[in-house]
Amino acid sequence: MNLGISATEFIAQVKAGMISVEEFLAQTFERIKKIEPQIHAFITLNENVAMVQAKDIDKKIKAKEKVGAFFGMPISVKDNICVEGLRTTCASKMLDNFVSPYDATVITKLKSEDSIIVGKVNLDEFAMGSTTEFSYFGPTRNPWNTEYVPGGSSGGSGASVSSMECIISLGSDTGGSVRSPASFCSVVGLKPTYGLVSRYGLISYSNSIEQIGPIARRVEDIALVLDIISGEDPRDNTTVSNKTVGYAKDLNAGVSGKKIGIIKQMTGEGLDKEVSSATNKAISKLQSLGAQCIEISLDAVEHSVEAYYTIASAEASSNLARYDNIRYGFDYSNEGFEFKAYISKVRSNFGPEVTRRMLLGAFVLSAGYYGKYYLKAQKVRTMIKSQIDDAFKKVDLLLCPTMPILPFKIGEKVDDPLKLYLSDINTITANLSGIPAISVPFEISNSGLPIGIQLLANSFEEKKLLQGAYALQESTKLQEVPI
Amino acid sequence: MTKIGLEIHCQLTKLESKLFCNCKADYRNLPTNQNICPVCVGLPGSLPMLNKKAVEKAALISLALGCKIPSKIGFFRKNYFYPDLPKNFQITQYNAYGDTSIGYDGKIEIEGKEIRIRRIQLEEDPGRLVYEGSSQQTMITLVDYNRAGTPLVEIVTEPDFETPKQVRVFLNVLADLVENIGVSDPYLEGALRVDGNISIGDGNRVEIKNVGSFRDIEKALHFEITRQQSLLDRNISIHAETRHWDDARKITVSSRSKEEEQDYRYLPEADIPIVLIENNTVTSLSKQMPESIVAKKERYVKKYGIPLQVANVLSSDKFYSDMFEKAHTQNNAKEVANIITTDLMGFADTREKKLELKVTPKHISDLADAIINNKLTRNSGKTALQEMIKTGKYLKEIMSTLDLGQVNDASSIEQVILEVFSEEEKAVSEAKQNPDTINYLVGKVMRKTKGKADPTITLEIIRRKLLS
Repeated sequence: MNLGISATEFIAQVKAGMISVEEFLAQTFERIKKIEPQIHAFITLNENVAMVQAKDIDKKIKAKEKVGAFFGMPISVKDNICVEGLRTTCASKMLDNFVSPYDATVITKLKSEDSIIVGKVNLDEFAMGSTTEFSYFGPTRNPWNTEYVPGGSSGGSGASVSSMECIISLGSDTGGSVRSPASFCSVVGLKPTYGLVSRYGLISYSNSIEQIGPIARRVEDIALVLDIISGEDPRDNTTVSNKTVGYAKDLNAGVSGKKIGIIKQMTGEGLDKEVSSATNKAISKLQSLGAQCIEISLDAVEHSVEAYYTIASAEASSNLARYDNIRYGFDYSNEGFEFKAYISKVRSNFGPEVTRRMLLGAFVLSAGYYGKYYLKAQKVRTMIKSQIDDAFKKVDLLLCPTMPILPFKIGEKVDDPLKLYLSDINTITANLSGIPAISVPFEISNSGLPIGIQLLANSFEEKKLLQGAYALQESTKLQEVPI
Repeated sequence: MTKIGLEIHCQLTKLESKLFCNCKADYRNLPTNQNICPVCVGLPGSLPMLNKKAVEKAALISLALGCKIPSKIGFFRKNYFYPDLPKNFQITQYNAYGDTSIGYDGKIEIEGKEIRIRRIQLEEDPGRLVYEGSSQQTMITLVDYNRAGTPLVEIVTEPDFETPKQVRVFLNVLADLVENIGVSDPYLEGALRVDGNISIGDGNRVEIKNVGSFRDIEKALHFEITRQQSLLDRNISIHAETRHWDDARKITVSSRSKEEEQDYRYLPEADIPIVLIENNTVTSLSKQMPESIVAKKERYVKKYGIPLQVANVLSSDKFYSDMFEKAHTQNNAKEVANIITTDLMGFADTREKKLELKVTPKHISDLADAIINNKLTRNSGKTALQEMIKTGKYLKEIMSTLDLGQVNDASSIEQVILEVFSEEEKAVSEAKQNPDTINYLVGKVMRKTKGKADPTITLEIIRRKLLS
């Protein structure tokens, strides 16, 4: 049985009776158990419930009863998205014993289409990081080379899809957290427009810029998921009713006649050589398919890293304030403590990266510094948005490599936060401006490491974005994951 | 000079649901931690859903207090750690960086004095802490989140009060006002809470918190004035500090927590998009605004000739003025007002008694009509009302069972007068000398007729008999 089939193929084969959901899920769990010791994508497995669901769906299919559009599709979910009855840890000791009593809206939607959640996957603690090394439960490893990081923070999502432990994963993207692991693990990852997908049930890190996004092996699978999870949600006031019906339709419309802007600041200096040449190759491929490529300069992005870390840290310091180990958390007796002493004692159990950002965030929000840092960062954000708006008056899509560098070894940069922050430069623009962006696997380096290309579109132009991504995907044939 | 400013928290108790979720706004008398959901206890991943009706109610209060309403409002997070605050931040509003809260720059006149309103902001109430024993000595603090997320407005005045009495009068007016416009029931426990700021002379400002009932604020302010004055008299400077009202000892005590030094690290609440307040929303709210208490009072006096004192009492009580509106006609209005203010109000004077009251506008209307049509004396009216309160029966039934009909046929009254005259010879001769004692004889007649004799006719016949 081929566990590497696409979502589209899975649905077709189950529908046609060529495979049973139960058998597919059983083999999926077998593979998970076999390769998890090397990959460590999962924090929690949901095998018992999943197998019952699988049998149930098979029964329904046999009885010709109505079955949801996903026909028992195995899905993994980043462990900062709430699934009722499952532990939701954010890869943090602070949520070690938190079992969610409710489903995130995206989960409700996926369940109602008969998706099967195989488990919860690893991340950097509270989604803060770009390597999945900052997890309380230990790092996830890159399926292409287990000595390397899988990217992050949705490293468990990227690795589980890449290594065929599931067909689709849900991640979250605050500054590139879906696209970075997609690029490093050679899978597709989409950050939708801010407000297209409900965040209800996504544990907030930086709530003004993050979105839940799908990771899959094929662009057409991303479109299928987006069809289900997008749309206005009364439980998330920031969602809008700007949904396009049928993202999966007309994906092969091509790029002929389309204008694609090559972002000057993200394709020039500082790029890894192989990343740079892959980018140029992608540009020529798109040109050969009839796209017109022009250079676009977005000089405001030169301040985007500073602006991003100011805003994200400020929001994080407030969003993470609720973790006081009073209503849920980890096993720790509060006996003998006065409230404030207890709070500072238990809150010292956050990991180093989270602590760093909460301190930074508390500082930039404190009296006298707000205008100097937070408001200034918001101004940069406004400038970036206005330059992006101008750019999309000239072009249909923007292009740059997703990551400026190749995947690196675990432990290599963990002690150099500044270097890690700078590797986010190409992805954070989409978060600061709210626009959608997708990472498409495009090449494998000489050292066997994946390189992804990022396309960006104007707000709510996911359809156009997916058509461009599909064209790019079809223009190249990549080798299979070695694991 | 004494300067007093107030911060008033007023819950919007007339709303169905909490400010950011569908839990009930009425958290009272529910089992502990049962009126909660992922949103109001701030579970990981939950997001606030703004109750748009709360914005309208807050705008209504702002308009009633003469505030300006901005064209758009946003929310801010006020960050601080406290066990009653499930997210460790409170979603509130903040007037800074070009944003304003729902109301600002208002004013209201109280007994000829203008009190300026600095701002009115919409925010969520925290949960409630329950101590085992006293809050100072407890080893255990329990939290009940049923209240968490209840919508409230904070009303901040300028330091325009000069005496504690002005504060009391203002709070009474404010309580009547929020009740009258249908946003809050100020008499529910904890619905209206007041903190005060007070400074005298050139002294520093002292904040008084934890005043349980808004009636106690007057006592607390008096205590503070005396305390601060005696410090000044001895040339001791007054610290800027927060003091808590100790209800048991009736004094203010310096609060050990240094709340005044806290940095709340205000941050825009990105989970709630900016709310645009269109011009026509404000216009339609102004139109919806019920008649003010002052206008109502004037109408009672002008249109119905109700005495000012009665109109004053009636207009400021929402429950009874509503009853008046339903019970009265142009003809019987004065009598209806009279019955409500002299007899009914004294009987049902608390919220609970009002809620249980069996007397409806029809009861009062029937009663007033019977009195002005001389079918019932005022005295019998009182008896009938008591029966209505007790049983909820209508006047017709009461009159037939209790035999209350007014006796206005002169010959039967004369009959009774003759009886009284023969029994009270001494009083009769006294009355002949001194007409002021005539009421004694009228009283005797009333007693004999159980109050049913028409008092005018009775008086007339007695006078005539005394002359003969």
